[in-house]
Amino acid sequence: MIEAHDLAARRGHARLFEGLSFAVEPGHAMVVTGANGTGKTTLLRMLAGLSWPAAGEVRWNGQPVVPFDPAVRAALAFVGHAPALKDELTAVENLATLLELAGERASRDAIDGALDKVALGSRRSLPARVLSQGQRRRIGLARLSLLARPLWILDEPATALDAAGVALLAATIVEHLDRGGLAIAATHAPLGLPEPRTHSITLQ
Amino acid sequence: MSTMVVAQSPATAAPGAVLPGVRWALARDLRLALRSRAELAVQLLFYVIVVSLFPLATTPERTQLSAIGPGVLWVAALLASLLSLPRLFAADYADGTLEQIALSPYPLESLVVGKVLAHWLTTGLPIVLLAPILGLQYALDNELLVVLAAALLIGTPVLSLLGAIGAALTLGLRGGSSLLALLILPLYVPLLIFGAGAVEATRSGLGATAHLSLLGAAFLVALVGTPFAAAASVRIALD
Repeated sequence: MIEAHDLAARRGHARLFEGLSFAVEPGHAMVVTGANGTGKTTLLRMLAGLSWPAAGEVRWNGQPVVPFDPAVRAALAFVGHAPALKDELTAVENLATLLELAGERASRDAIDGALDKVALGSRRSLPARVLSQGQRRRIGLARLSLLARPLWILDEPATALDAAGVALLAATIVEHLDRGGLAIAATHAPLGLPEPRTHSITLQ
Repeated sequence: MSTMVVAQSPATAAPGAVLPGVRWALARDLRLALRSRAELAVQLLFYVIVVSLFPLATTPERTQLSAIGPGVLWVAALLASLLSLPRLFAADYADGTLEQIALSPYPLESLVVGKVLAHWLTTGLPIVLLAPILGLQYALDNELLVVLAAALLIGTPVLSLLGAIGAALTLGLRGGSSLLALLILPLYVPLLIFGAGAVEATRSGLGATAHLSLLGAAFLVALVGTPFAAAASVRIALD
């Protein structure tokens, strides 16, 4: 379970949000919405332990999260603004490298299967440089489904995805929730996650 | 909650494992360097050309050339190393990989060590290997060439190590690469003095031991301090 208690964020002198509290249980998702510049990315980075709050605290499984918390790092799959792909490497190599960085290993078959699932099977040996933004996002989706991590934090995961891609994203998240994982996503477009298991908060 | 199904699948990472982190960063950076060989070639050509310009611009006189030679080779080595430093973290920072690196279960310090090692293997080591050949242009005799190469062999890893701190500190700043040069070049001064001085000392019959020992000491200090300093700078840049 991930909890936020009375969280506040500042960027320079500007206050982004204050007094933000919530809890997300395993098997549940939370969708963060809000206009540009309201602090969605900042909030997600705080939950991931990449930035620290101006006030309040984040707890992961009851323990307060410190910056770059090892317990969070071991449990987290983070999808940031940029998809973390290397232009020089192929889709398969990118996935294998990122999994290894997360301390996990997947067989070539598992990676091929994940790429097939996101409809990139025919592009698996192309360097990421020639892939479109949407296809790069899909590689990120394949990474999520290969990683065995209970906590997903996704920053605008639907950006650049087409309708089929968004449906695929929703299906991937639901599958994750079904396995007892939890997901937090900042988004502008509705993701189509199942209502009863999805909280949503709007930052002003 | 820790008994969640997804948390039970096999993860090969022992938290805090240092060697896998070094290995990952080293292997990945070497692979990326091999994929963009043109960039490596540009750095080495830069080094070769800078070194070769001085005899053309100054004098063909052997004693004068051999007097300036070691200094020229060291300055060129500094500049060549500096040329490639901005890319050490900036590329990963720009494409989001640095976030993933900082969030990896491996210690960030170990990943920094791997990256620095890859940087030295792709820029420092070629500089060391080319030095004896380029030194011939400066009429240095064999003994001096060996001392020069030895000094560079101990000194170039320090260039990569100190440079990594600078590269991490200037992450995300506008004009970061020129700032990096201003920040790092003064720190390179002692290396320059002892590195070029080692050849001079050999020539004057004093022997290079003292200079090489000081370079070695600088290497050890940089080796111990850099991983922590550079990792801390990366964390600050990501906040």
